[in-house]
Amino acid sequence: MQTIKNNFSDTLVMSGRCLRHTFRSADTLLTVIAVPIMMMLMFVYVFGGASNTGSVDYINYIVPGIILMCIGSGVAYTALNLNTDVTKGIFDRFHSMPITKSALLTGHVLNSVVFNTISTIIVVLVALLVGFRPNAGIIEWLLFIGIMLLYTFAMTWLSVIFGLLANSVGGATAFSYPLLFLPFVSSAFVPTASMPGIVRSFAENQPMTSIIETMRSLLLSGSVGNSALNAVLWCLGIIIAAYLIAMQVYKHKTA
Amino acid sequence: MIQTYTAISVNGLEKSFKNLGVLKEINLTVKKGSIFALLGSNGAGKTTTIKILTLLLKPDKGSAQICGFDVVRQPEQVREEISLTGQFAAVDDVLTGRENIRMIGKLRHLSDTNKRTGELLERFQLSDAADRRVGTYSGGMRRRLDLAMSLIGNPSVIFLDEPTTGLDPQGRTAMWQIIKDLAHSGITVFLTTQYLDEADQLADHIAILNEGKIVAEGTAAELKKQLPHGHIELGFRDVKEVHSARNLLEEYKASPNEESQTLTITTDGSLKQMTDILNRLEYAGIAVAEFSQKVPTLEDVFLSIVGENKRREVA
Repeated sequence: MQTIKNNFSDTLVMSGRCLRHTFRSADTLLTVIAVPIMMMLMFVYVFGGASNTGSVDYINYIVPGIILMCIGSGVAYTALNLNTDVTKGIFDRFHSMPITKSALLTGHVLNSVVFNTISTIIVVLVALLVGFRPNAGIIEWLLFIGIMLLYTFAMTWLSVIFGLLANSVGGATAFSYPLLFLPFVSSAFVPTASMPGIVRSFAENQPMTSIIETMRSLLLSGSVGNSALNAVLWCLGIIIAAYLIAMQVYKHKTA
Repeated sequence: MIQTYTAISVNGLEKSFKNLGVLKEINLTVKKGSIFALLGSNGAGKTTTIKILTLLLKPDKGSAQICGFDVVRQPEQVREEISLTGQFAAVDDVLTGRENIRMIGKLRHLSDTNKRTGELLERFQLSDAADRRVGTYSGGMRRRLDLAMSLIGNPSVIFLDEPTTGLDPQGRTAMWQIIKDLAHSGITVFLTTQYLDEADQLADHIAILNEGKIVAEGTAAELKKQLPHGHIELGFRDVKEVHSARNLLEEYKASPNEESQTLTITTDGSLKQMTDILNRLEYAGIAVAEFSQKVPTLEDVFLSIVGENKRREVA
């Protein structure tokens, strides 16, 4: 019982520390959110007219993809923070103390979830300002938040692996480039039907497409759509695999 | 059975990274409430030793006990007894000084964290800066905060890794006083340093670590006694001559110092050796610009021991 209490208290202290870091680096926060927002504005006002997405207004179409990009750049920030802790020595101090070791990682993970939820809200608000008109009830919004959180957890645990393994802060954040780039090869900005053979089959089968399609369905048509099961399975699969690998790496690092 | 007055005991400790042996059969004993200095140059194995004793690394062979608890088999008990500060136990730059200390207090599950935090801030003269971010602190303030963070857990053994590296002379003296006060209050201090005067000033017991082995051990006075009295320093006009003289006198223990253009030579103190040295230099046409006889310092002991080891390896 005492162990559980200590474990909980340690996790709380570590999350508190990470949250303070986040809220005290407003500049980092802005950088993380600025890129996806710029992308959104560019897509709407520059490329928007040229993309053929059927009857859906283009801004409505791209919001899910932008949210995924935003989370991608958000978890890079987690990898960076974690890597600083590992390379600059504060983890060594914690490891020589009688505390729950997993709390150090969970602190970063919980912080990432809070941080990415906030940035997602900001992205949605900006989207509303430039004409995003969702058509979702409370249930759909809750389901949307659910899938958003699943994706955040999945990407965060991935970022933990890279944050632990990288030798430098630069290396720790480099892993997020695919997360920013992969939405382009999905249905985030253009329907996959317009893509040539191999690219198209990649785009249709990569996890981001099913997640984006599910989010889009929830936000625009008020239903879960056909990809929901795939989306959830992808997220859970990544969470489990990334968590197991991250724990293995962490154990190895702190042996 | 470990005696009650032993704080740290290390037996036959070995550690290699890949095929590189970093520690080779280290044996150490540190008395409770004393200051122990592990002295060595960069790469001697000081950091590895501290990392093993603070549970950041596992030894390949041998054992170590802290307050009677084994570092491999009883890590949780050891963690309750120790605190690590210095080189790699960082402080959090984004948090304030007060938040840093409080964070450690909470992680140690203390019931009176806030009260103790206030006391420690006061004791280490950080009250005024308590609510400023640590990123704005000076080097000396960071070290004091680092110590305060370590002390909130009431450790019985504290590890200080190069506690004064990078501090200005004033900060250094202040830190020395703090370390002495720690020992007076009954805490065992295990420190590593590259500075001989630091070990000389602070430590009750010194061990010199060189290439993974303890090459000498004792009090500063005992170590100095190891050097024979005939100990001379020759000054030359340039570095080239220092090296020529070094080569010429190769069977003597000698350590060149390029900066001061001097050569320190250990002799048995006999007139015969002294004459031999000066004659040889004279014959080779190397002019001795300065000549002085020195009382051995800890530095001489260190250089003499470390130099001797190097020569043995070459031979």
